[in-house]
Amino acid sequence: MKRDGSVRYGMAVDTRSCVGCSACVLACKSENDVPDGHARRWVNQIVSGTFPELKMSIWSDSCQHCDDAPCVSNCPTGSSHVDSASGTVQVDRSRCTGCKACMVSCPYNARFVHPDGFVDKCTLCLHRLEQGRSTACAEVCPASAIVVGDLNDPASRVSRMLRLRKWRQQKTAAGTNPKFFLVD
Amino acid sequence: MPDSAATAAAKPSENAGDSDSIATVCEMCFWKCGIKAQLRDGRVQALSGNPDHPLSRGRLCPRGVGGLGSLYDPDRLSQPMIRVGERGGQKWRPATWEEALDRTAEGLRGVAAHYGPEAIALFYHGAGGSFFKTLVKGLGSANIAAPSYAQCRGPRDVGFELTYGESVGSPEVVDMANARAMALIGTHLGENMHNTAVQDFTDGLRRGMRLIVADPRYSVAAGKADYWLPVRPGTDIALLLGWANVIIQNDWYDREYVASNSVGFDQFAAEVARYTPDAVYLETGIKPQVLVDTARELAQAAPHAVIHPGRKTTWYGDDAQRSRAVALVNALLGNWGQPGGFYLSSSAGLKGHPQQPPAPAHRAPADREAGQFPFAGSTLASGLREATLTGKPYPLKAWMVYSSNLPMVLPDPRRTRAAIQKLDFLVAIDILPAEITGWADVVLPECTYLERHDDLIAPWYREPYVALRQPVIEPLGESKPGWWMAKELARRLGLESHFPWEHPTDLHQARLLASGFSLEQYQSLKQRGVLRVDADPLYQPKDALYQFATPSGKIEFWSQQLADQGFDPVPVYRRPEQPGPGQFRLLTGRAPVHTFGRTTNNAMLLEQFPENEVWVNRRAAADLGLRSGDRVMLRNQDDVTTGPVKVKATERIRADCVYMVHGFGHQDRRLRRAYRNGGDDTAVTTRFKTDPLMGGTGMNLNFVSLEKQESGNEA
Repeated sequence: MKRDGSVRYGMAVDTRSCVGCSACVLACKSENDVPDGHARRWVNQIVSGTFPELKMSIWSDSCQHCDDAPCVSNCPTGSSHVDSASGTVQVDRSRCTGCKACMVSCPYNARFVHPDGFVDKCTLCLHRLEQGRSTACAEVCPASAIVVGDLNDPASRVSRMLRLRKWRQQKTAAGTNPKFFLVD
Repeated sequence: MPDSAATAAAKPSENAGDSDSIATVCEMCFWKCGIKAQLRDGRVQALSGNPDHPLSRGRLCPRGVGGLGSLYDPDRLSQPMIRVGERGGQKWRPATWEEALDRTAEGLRGVAAHYGPEAIALFYHGAGGSFFKTLVKGLGSANIAAPSYAQCRGPRDVGFELTYGESVGSPEVVDMANARAMALIGTHLGENMHNTAVQDFTDGLRRGMRLIVADPRYSVAAGKADYWLPVRPGTDIALLLGWANVIIQNDWYDREYVASNSVGFDQFAAEVARYTPDAVYLETGIKPQVLVDTARELAQAAPHAVIHPGRKTTWYGDDAQRSRAVALVNALLGNWGQPGGFYLSSSAGLKGHPQQPPAPAHRAPADREAGQFPFAGSTLASGLREATLTGKPYPLKAWMVYSSNLPMVLPDPRRTRAAIQKLDFLVAIDILPAEITGWADVVLPECTYLERHDDLIAPWYREPYVALRQPVIEPLGESKPGWWMAKELARRLGLESHFPWEHPTDLHQARLLASGFSLEQYQSLKQRGVLRVDADPLYQPKDALYQFATPSGKIEFWSQQLADQGFDPVPVYRRPEQPGPGQFRLLTGRAPVHTFGRTTNNAMLLEQFPENEVWVNRRAAADLGLRSGDRVMLRNQDDVTTGPVKVKATERIRADCVYMVHGFGHQDRRLRRAYRNGGDDTAVTTRFKTDPLMGGTGMNLNFVSLEKQESGNEA
């Protein structure tokens, strides 16, 4: 991983491929020692229409690592911050008082209070990205539905995917500029 | 009992060596993916897919990741137990291994002496069963059955054997990644989670595969389909023969291929001519135009198009014939040995132990009368139960049950309980206190797949290989590996010669050396968990003549074998019995995070899928005054109930059926999370129809009514 501030990591989930199996959720919990009863990711399964005219959308969801993250601007201690080397949103546990201002301001409901008192959420497996590995969720996914990479690098898989296919972002009205894309 | 297996001190296995990662093979389901286990301070920290293993390719399903929840389940059986009081009374005393094995040997010896060794039956599921098969065969009994045949895949295998002379195997030889069109008949890929199958399925979707899903329920796969056909349950044969007819009438098949590779086509075409789109619509509810459009989709993509043969196919008792209909539509697509159809598999050709003695002569299995179920290719677990119950064709008096929870596996558990009461002796070998252990005279606690060796694994596949299951840590509590128990019993029964090895590692080496592998390759297998070997060609040229293993050497559209036995030589659709007013046909399936009842006590997996629900069509539910979250009892036509189960009122299912994920509603209190959590579909599966061709048990014949429970009433 380059550390000159030129890297901007993001995630794309292919809703056509995702089968909603939860392997990503479990792999994330295992990788990141997420405590029982909590999760940094979850699976959405939305069905619309009436029998037999139905539509389904499934995707693995998490923190959107917004460019204009309200969890960061609303954090009174500076614990929630954008990691300048990766563009990801991170929580500095030592500075977090567990006040929940970030949780209230997150439009994606992506955060929870860890039993040890700090607020926790997806780190985009920054510790793995720094070693040149992908996230635990992307690595495990049997449907290859999760793609993580540098949005600033036009040759990255995620950039190519977003160039070639139709994508959308969630809750754009919130104006947070998420770096999380649903590819249909 | 001591607290739990999980609290016992754990030592890392000798396989850990200097590395903190050990390659082995998963057994959270029966697909057997290669995994890597990460260790920290003697504890298994994480499980991931082994990148070298062709079934994982570095990826893993949720159960595989959640295997730790089974390894460290505090409810695991942790010591041998011997029953006190009456059978089924759920009272035991702890015993030493010495005593429990002596008692087991005595029980088996007594039955063999009194009734002959053939009165001993083995039920098993999973890789560890091989050692007990060797034991029971060595005793002189052929009454060895895995319910995965007669209660699951058997009809499918027979349908393909009768048509192509071979079955599609496991993993199925379906080339999904390269298919341009695929149809699923009730197969709920994604919810029925097998790692590589889902990889291939989604590869196909990404490459633009057209997808047709026939399912009374809007499954996850249906949600990805170009066509969802919400077919009336039990009418699949009409649908399939309708497709065949449309393809033939429109001349959408390859005449030359059919002429040179098959027999009986003209008779088949004449038989299926009556399955017109209009006639099929009346049975299936699928509009005539949709039948034609979907047939065209398949035919246009042929030979890179496939009807998936499915896996659990025990539905209506005519299942081998339905599977034959699947096989025959595939034959019209000309897809055998073609990309996007059925690929040609190969295997590592692994030989047995060179000093393995032949099993002694034995009596024919008791699972059927002479001449019954002439096309059964394997012993029928349900047939062994019937023999136990009726004493015909001869009585079975001892059951050895390895890792197969029969009361939640065989239809009509009342008959299972009655059969058990006829036994002189029942020994259960298991990891968890599943219901079957509650009926056992002796319970032998096995360690999990992460704590033991099993025999080598070398299936037929597109990329043939040999894989090794080896322990990651030492067994917790007093649990022991199955191989050790089988050998200890063999010693007590004078069958040492049937285990011509001291330790499974000796068995592995001997088998590899006998098969032309080297010791260096064995060392590499221990390191990497898998040895890859060269594959035969996956495909054949389109005009090549494949020698099929049928009597005619060709694909059999019309089957002389079936005609000779008095069965329909071409599949015939017969309307199944329909539910009455207020009744729903009970359909069952799977969730991706659970493997039957084996994982429903696993805390990690339960967090993702905490209980099963009964899916009810939203309008049908409203008519009954039911809303999502209400709890209902399911009562079937034999007045048997299960529940309470949470209602899921949904648009995603037809109004004439309800659906439940199988494996919940355990009744053994010792499974503290699974006990009475959700409903047990097997409890209300008291009706079943036995397939006359091969003895499979069709189980979608149970009709339930829904009775609302007062909220909070868990009594």
